[in-house]
Amino acid sequence: MKDKIFPIFLIIIFLIIFFIFYNGLQNSNIYTPKTNIEKNIPSFKAKIFNTDDNISSEEIFKNDKYYLMNIWASWCVPCRDEHPFLMNLSNEKSIEIIGLNYKDDVVKAKKFLSELNNPYNKIVFDEDGTLSIEWGAYGVPESFLIYNNKVIKKIIGPINENLLLEIKELIK
Amino acid sequence: MASLIGLYALIFGLCFSFLIVFFSVKNFRNINVFDNKIIFLTFLQFFFVVVSFLGLILSFVVSDFSNETVFNHSHTTKPLFYKISGTWGNHEGSLLLWLLVLTLFIFLFLLKSKKQTKQYRILTLLFQQIIIIGFFIFLIKTSNPFNYIFPVPDEGLGLNPILQDPALAIHPPILYLGYVGSSIIFSSTLAATSLNYISKEWAKHIKQWVLVSWIFLTLGILLGSIWAYYELGWGGFWFWDPVENVSLMPWLALTTLLHCILVLEKRLVLTSWVVILSISTFTLSMCGTFLVRSGILNSVHTFANDPERGLYILIFLFCLIFLSLFIFFFFHKVEKKNIGNFFWLSKETSILINNWFMMYFLSVILIGTVYPIFLEVISSDKISVGPPFYNKLIIPFLIPFLLAMAIGPKLNWIKSELKIKSYLILFLLISLLLSIFIIKSLNINFLLNTILVTSAFYLFFITSRDFFIKKFKFFSQTIAHFGFSLLILSILFNNIFSTEIITNLRIGETFHDEKFKINFENIEKRNEQNFKSFIGKFNIENFNGNVEILRPELRIYNQPNIVTSEADIKTNLLTDKFMTMNLVQNQDYFNIRYQIKPFMFWIWFSVLLISFGGIISLFQRRYER
Repeated sequence: MKDKIFPIFLIIIFLIIFFIFYNGLQNSNIYTPKTNIEKNIPSFKAKIFNTDDNISSEEIFKNDKYYLMNIWASWCVPCRDEHPFLMNLSNEKSIEIIGLNYKDDVVKAKKFLSELNNPYNKIVFDEDGTLSIEWGAYGVPESFLIYNNKVIKKIIGPINENLLLEIKELIK
Repeated sequence: MASLIGLYALIFGLCFSFLIVFFSVKNFRNINVFDNKIIFLTFLQFFFVVVSFLGLILSFVVSDFSNETVFNHSHTTKPLFYKISGTWGNHEGSLLLWLLVLTLFIFLFLLKSKKQTKQYRILTLLFQQIIIIGFFIFLIKTSNPFNYIFPVPDEGLGLNPILQDPALAIHPPILYLGYVGSSIIFSSTLAATSLNYISKEWAKHIKQWVLVSWIFLTLGILLGSIWAYYELGWGGFWFWDPVENVSLMPWLALTTLLHCILVLEKRLVLTSWVVILSISTFTLSMCGTFLVRSGILNSVHTFANDPERGLYILIFLFCLIFLSLFIFFFFHKVEKKNIGNFFWLSKETSILINNWFMMYFLSVILIGTVYPIFLEVISSDKISVGPPFYNKLIIPFLIPFLLAMAIGPKLNWIKSELKIKSYLILFLLISLLLSIFIIKSLNINFLLNTILVTSAFYLFFITSRDFFIKKFKFFSQTIAHFGFSLLILSILFNNIFSTEIITNLRIGETFHDEKFKINFENIEKRNEQNFKSFIGKFNIENFNGNVEILRPELRIYNQPNIVTSEADIKTNLLTDKFMTMNLVQNQDYFNIRYQIKPFMFWIWFSVLLISFGGIISLFQRRYER
């Protein structure tokens, strides 16, 4: 009997692993961006960039206003490409741009902004990248257009001219 | 046309599996001699998979866009070399390559194992056929490389430019030879366990296969790492990315297995280690396939996200795990007489100690890789595990590991006398002084770094001494261990001495710093077959007046439309000068990243040495006496 316990124990462990992987397959929502659309945005509490203060998502996102949540980092090359479009968009009154600084070095990020100007109304700091995972981000850069606490459009990769026009059309 | 032939060849190949199983079972029961018809059938199966594979290559070469795989991953303007390598640069094609290696290896195994008993050969073949059938069905059912699309598109979608690279073109085949080679070890271990066939002779015979897959796995990981170094442009060579981890885990298991086999060859001990490690090497390879292909982890290797595929591999993987557990617990007989027969100061004890260290490293990496998945499923918390986790858990344990690696090979098999040899102490003192000398002027954690560098130097000196004392007697082992010490030393110094400058420059501007002067001279534009290239010319003058010219490149690919940045790397024996240039849109300046990375050459070279040790051992007729 004694030498049967170990195999059974092992089999149970493997069954549990199987079950977990199986569930992991089901909810790999990171890779199906469509399911994120029209869902309420995740609520979070995060550090404000370059300070020690925290801010919660409720304080950032108000109803009846458009927000563009933009994930960026100073090390990210395409972020530099999309930066002029963000600058352009920041002139629009009806939208607020929220930056999510992803796995970045504060000094380098500050340099990035001073070099290219700051299009963001607010910036939250995602030092270890967990916040972006919660948002179901693919990578950097990525942007979420938000209205009434719902993601109405998700943009994977840098914003370009067409996407900029599309956003402007949407927020009219 | 080629696609059609490929598809039929694939189906024929599957049919041969059933024929082989049928004749093998018949042969297993009845006749006493091995039926050579089976070898022929195995060859035919291999042949049909080759035909199928060639069919896919041909479809890629002629850009036959009626084939869905070709449409998704190729383009007419791509150079021929990358059209061919595009064959395995996608999910479907790479699985076909996997199948190709599976059938090739079992065919070679049957040819090479004529001295073994009939029962053992047939059972190995049967276990291997289970894996082969599993992959055939997986391929045909969920990831058919020959799907037809109508209407036929005029142009394909193109291969991801970062995969258009010579190192990455040969990386998958080499890595697969390693991954899939472990399937032979898996099947033959299961066969040997069920027949109670594990012996010193068996160890000798299976050692070749362990070595072959170990060499290819080592080289495959090296190629992937070199690619990441110059193509991803971050200037690192190992990122503890889950995809890298899943290739490192089978490598650790295989390395441990190799050492256990060496012990088994001498004395009939550690049989349980051998069986468990053989099983885990292959299951870890499969698990890696599952993790990177199912979309649970995101990476360049996640070609497509299809839960059906993930589910299939998962079920198949666990069937194999349960099958092997069943065989292990029901058939494996522990050699009672040899248990507890380890003298504390002997070569096998030191191998056993290092085995446990290897298992520790393996578990750290395993936990770091899969724990985030577990946590997300159980508590829906999300965490990301990065380099600090691995560094903190692995680096301190490298110290005893390196020391045991230095002293272990000096001991005798079975029992050695405790004699303090003067050179062992002398080398320790030299290493210690040398490390203190190097570390003291630097602004880093003194104690840990000194001990770490000391132990790496210690192994380095002791293995270097072996080259002179023992000449060619333990050559394969000496060279592999020497390579490992060189690897650790190079990585340590690379980390300690790297410097980096990031700045923005316009054409004609100069960057100043107390150490360097970087001058952006000009930019040159070229049109290549499937991309436009912009090559910057930079003059770098360091503080003692040496001038170096670096030419980083920006490529704008036409299909798909992606900008990649190609680093320019000036390599010499001591340092790599690494420069990348990035475009900043709507600005007239470029973002420049200049890095000095010492000992990069030695990192690559030492891994080559390690695998070279394996190659020598493979061709060496006899192991040490």
